[in-house]
Amino acid sequence: MHFMQKNLHHFDKVYREDSPVITPHLLDVDTFSQQDFELTFSIANRMKKIYTVGPKKSSLLKGITIATLFYEPSTRTRISFEAAGKMLSADVINLSVDNSSTRKGESFYDTMLTLQSNNIDLLVIRHNHSGAPYMAAKHLEKTLVINAGDGSHAHPTQALADMFTLAQHMKSLKDKKVLIVGDVAHSRVARSNLLALCTLGAKPIISGPPNLIPWDLFGKQYRVDSNPFNKVSIMPDLDQAIIDADVVMTLRLQSERHSKGLLPSLREYANLWQVTTDRLAKASTNVLLMHPGPMNIGVEISPEVAYSTNSVVQEQVSNSIAIRMAILLLMTNKGRDVNE
Amino acid sequence: MNKSIFLNNGRIIDPSQKIDFEGSLLISNGKIQSLIPKNAVPKPLPNDCLMIDCEGMVICPGFIDIHTHLREPGFEHKETILTGAQAAAKGGFTTICSMPNTNPCPDNAPVVRDIIRIGDRTKIRILPIASITTNRAGNSIVEMSDLAQAGVIGFSDDGDALKRPDLLREALSYSTITELPIITHCEDPELVTGKGINEGWVSSRLGLPSSPSIAEEMMVARDIEMARITGGKLHLAHISTEGSVRLIRDAKKRKINITAEATPHHILLSEDWIMGWGDNEKKDLTGPNIFSQVTKNTYDTNSKVSPPLRSKQDNKAVLKAINDGTIDAIATDHAPHSYFDKATTWEDASVGISGLETAIGLLTTASKNQLITLETIISSLTTGPVKILGPKWKELESLKEDTVADITIININKKWLVDSNTFLSKGKNTPLNGMELEGKIAYTIRNGEIVYEDK
Repeated sequence: MHFMQKNLHHFDKVYREDSPVITPHLLDVDTFSQQDFELTFSIANRMKKIYTVGPKKSSLLKGITIATLFYEPSTRTRISFEAAGKMLSADVINLSVDNSSTRKGESFYDTMLTLQSNNIDLLVIRHNHSGAPYMAAKHLEKTLVINAGDGSHAHPTQALADMFTLAQHMKSLKDKKVLIVGDVAHSRVARSNLLALCTLGAKPIISGPPNLIPWDLFGKQYRVDSNPFNKVSIMPDLDQAIIDADVVMTLRLQSERHSKGLLPSLREYANLWQVTTDRLAKASTNVLLMHPGPMNIGVEISPEVAYSTNSVVQEQVSNSIAIRMAILLLMTNKGRDVNE
Repeated sequence: MNKSIFLNNGRIIDPSQKIDFEGSLLISNGKIQSLIPKNAVPKPLPNDCLMIDCEGMVICPGFIDIHTHLREPGFEHKETILTGAQAAAKGGFTTICSMPNTNPCPDNAPVVRDIIRIGDRTKIRILPIASITTNRAGNSIVEMSDLAQAGVIGFSDDGDALKRPDLLREALSYSTITELPIITHCEDPELVTGKGINEGWVSSRLGLPSSPSIAEEMMVARDIEMARITGGKLHLAHISTEGSVRLIRDAKKRKINITAEATPHHILLSEDWIMGWGDNEKKDLTGPNIFSQVTKNTYDTNSKVSPPLRSKQDNKAVLKAINDGTIDAIATDHAPHSYFDKATTWEDASVGISGLETAIGLLTTASKNQLITLETIISSLTTGPVKILGPKWKELESLKEDTVADITIININKKWLVDSNTFLSKGKNTPLNGMELEGKIAYTIRNGEIVYEDK
């Protein structure tokens, strides 16, 4: 907050009055309006030029300290945040649970206080417990929190990157049929994407094993406009669900679902819910195929599909850096400097 | 100390005698001397008599909490027997029954005698509950006869369900020699993916592992049938679901020897509370708007309790069961924790609500909203618990003349804000912080002595 409240320029004011979104913390996309998404995308577009055209360096975040704190292993997300921060000249400190005091029994609360005392400006946190970033935001007074994935709850920067990727291929998501296939019940990527898709006017559909569908979110008594998930429909049968889909997002099947005995076998899962060439043929002609990675090729997605021309999986990865750069700028109030 | 206290002109409610009238009550030498209806000819008061003006107040038998966690021995940073007793007195309770999930566990007479010895030094009555199995480990039943003689009022492995059905059967059968109840926490651990939150919209929205209603109902059904075949006295702790209520209602029709309790939070607070309130929002019994954004007030670990807060439909069903007598007693399940037990992620946070000091306020607020009558509140905290404790404790439930003067006086119209910093309990863990309640304990009297006065 300390560095943000200074120098409120025209842009900031307009932005804040319209939407108290990205400030102070980025915890999920349920705080984003359509304009917020569009604003983030427009900054991300400029960021994309920085690292595709070069010189891969801007001094916009000079003097800003970013810490990444990961309670769960991750390569992609962490590297993506680190790259985003470094290209903008921020100082990035990487902490992981393995080499932090948590191993010595330090409580989550104490870890937060320690970070606070170290004058960290932005904390990128991933935690295997849902809600941990919210707890961090509650206890940190000066540090802004970015949720890099919490338990089965949310993964807002992944959803932003996915929506950004779609925005580069289609003018609007309005009424687009977007199919999400897999273990939605335990997927933070799915939850954040569903929220984003509903806000952007898409028609999301969920497909997957019935015991891994979060039915509770769609119960009869919750079929009201104010339910953020009320536009989502469910079709467990993938062969039906995929017909005329404009976008197919496959989720990574976590191996522990199978090992806990919640699924009979990977083979049967693949038979019923693998996105294959045959199945994709039933979707709309220019269907876009997405996957948040890392892919289990041969389980949720066939190799032919994974590397087909419909696949935008690699774009998702590079777009996620641009989106994270945009988020860092917006949260530190540097978004305006880019847009002018 | 005054030998006599005159409670002048209050509304006297004693469900055990079906009394509800305006009048006064005289206490002498620790006993209830006489009840005097308003229009009766006044008798001269004894010398040295303390007069308490009870205008606008309800005078009733002292409340009994059949389910309290006192944490001593072993977890004194969360609560001690003394601080728990002080909190109880402030909450209007003159008798509380302490649960055995302490360390060491009261699975043998010496530990029980120690709890009783410490309890006797407090100003209220502490009745310990022993475990069902040694160290609550679920492997072998305790020396029930010895423990009964030491003074326990029941047996429970509370906090954990008794997994082995064979042990439950043995315990229910063996316990008949003591005539004491076996108290069970009904939650099948195999069906629970995470404690403290109901499986439903909220858990699904927040991506939290949860405890489904069926986990409770499976165990309620099992325990009821086990009581039926053994003839043991079964008490079902903190009932929270509509399905459990259905099973209990049916069992009582079938004349199976069971009793049940519910907590104020399972009657009046729903899982929606975990979504949290807005910073400037006024808390009330309708609960927060679950469809608003997830904020840093969400994942409110002070709403994490076991069994979990359920749906509004469950709240209604359990409330109805209290109103129609299917559920016998209201218990606080007071579960104090330190700040640090709760200031962590949802999954790491301890389960439990510090309930002794808000129970009555919450219930009287509900009575103002026509959800429950004052008479039902009082009977659920007096005659109900005595039904579970047994006839030995009969005098605790009434205001009969010449019985022990354990009396609670409620200032029924007093509005107050819950501020956990003012709790006498060490556990400040309550989701109700900042909520306005209507109805507050004015005096708690035990053995004719004022043990709490609201100043």
